[in-house]
Amino acid sequence: MAHAAAGPAEGHQEHPLGIYLGVWILLFILSSFSYMVDYLQLQGMLRWGLILLFMFLKAGFIVAVFMHIAWERLALIFAILLPPLCLTIFIGTMAIEADYTFLTRLVVFGQAEQIVAPHH
Amino acid sequence: MNEEALTVTAIDTPMRIGLEGVVADLSDDKQVFHVPWGKAMMWIFLLSDTFIFSCFLIGYMKVRMTTTVNWPNPSEVFALSFGGQPIPLILIAIMTFVLITSSGTMALAVNYGYRGDKKKTVLLMLATAALGATFVGMQVFEWSKLILEEGVRPWANPMGASQFGSAFFMITGFHGLHVSAGVIYLSVTAYRVGSGYYDRHRGGNYEMVEITGLYWHFVDLVWVFIFAFFYLW
Repeated sequence: MAHAAAGPAEGHQEHPLGIYLGVWILLFILSSFSYMVDYLQLQGMLRWGLILLFMFLKAGFIVAVFMHIAWERLALIFAILLPPLCLTIFIGTMAIEADYTFLTRLVVFGQAEQIVAPHH
Repeated sequence: MNEEALTVTAIDTPMRIGLEGVVADLSDDKQVFHVPWGKAMMWIFLLSDTFIFSCFLIGYMKVRMTTTVNWPNPSEVFALSFGGQPIPLILIAIMTFVLITSSGTMALAVNYGYRGDKKKTVLLMLATAALGATFVGMQVFEWSKLILEEGVRPWANPMGASQFGSAFFMITGFHGLHVSAGVIYLSVTAYRVGSGYYDRHRGGNYEMVEITGLYWHFVDLVWVFIFAFFYLW
């Protein structure tokens, strides 16, 4: 019972071929969708939202099925997936700092006109 | 008496699942991760690699947010013309599909490895390596076009913010290095499967194919993020 849920102790990963083929096709479809976001020149929040959505779906399927995380024991899943959560704090602090740097550059260099007129 | 109690415990305790299983694994006397050691080590290596690529991407985010000069539009920079009609980002799209195809062949190679089908495992791994080499070849084309025709340098480029070049060469260069290393890694593992190395030394256990696969899928995974943040954003 426990073995069926978590896989045998040696971590032997053998699964039906169909699930790999399904995910493979899904990755092709999701990649086409992300390319279409650029091809159709979608802009603004719609563009960024769709890029992130397709990115996380693709990454999730690769990690869960191709890398077999879905069948690993929870202790290993936690050890792999929890540390990268620190990165969200890193991204947040760097984004705040970036805003500050950008504003400081505007004040010190006085290049505000280049934002208005990109072709300097 | 004591010995008997221990033996009974060892046999009767099933592998616990859920959070209880996490506590049981982490407080285990002998082994925390119930996977082959090579697989646990590969995962820890990939975790460290995650942080390296994240640092590159966060650094890229920061220079892009802080520059007061306009960022070059990747959709135009990476467009290719076929018969005079420029198609945006087409080379990058083809590279993405090549890498996804290789991920699929790798997943199948792992599967056939565990089924003991040596011939299919070797062929699929070699196909994966060939697709990886194709990817690197296309990257060489992309780089030479950017350097020689567009005049992009790590310190300057004619299209806009000078940080574009440094971020591009650093991120795609490091990823390309990973793909190249993966092609070599795949070839070595495929050779060892084919020559019967694992039959002689590991008792016919092909878990090394899965460990190689973990690395290869990770390379594809990193590309998913680079494609989204550098090329599409």
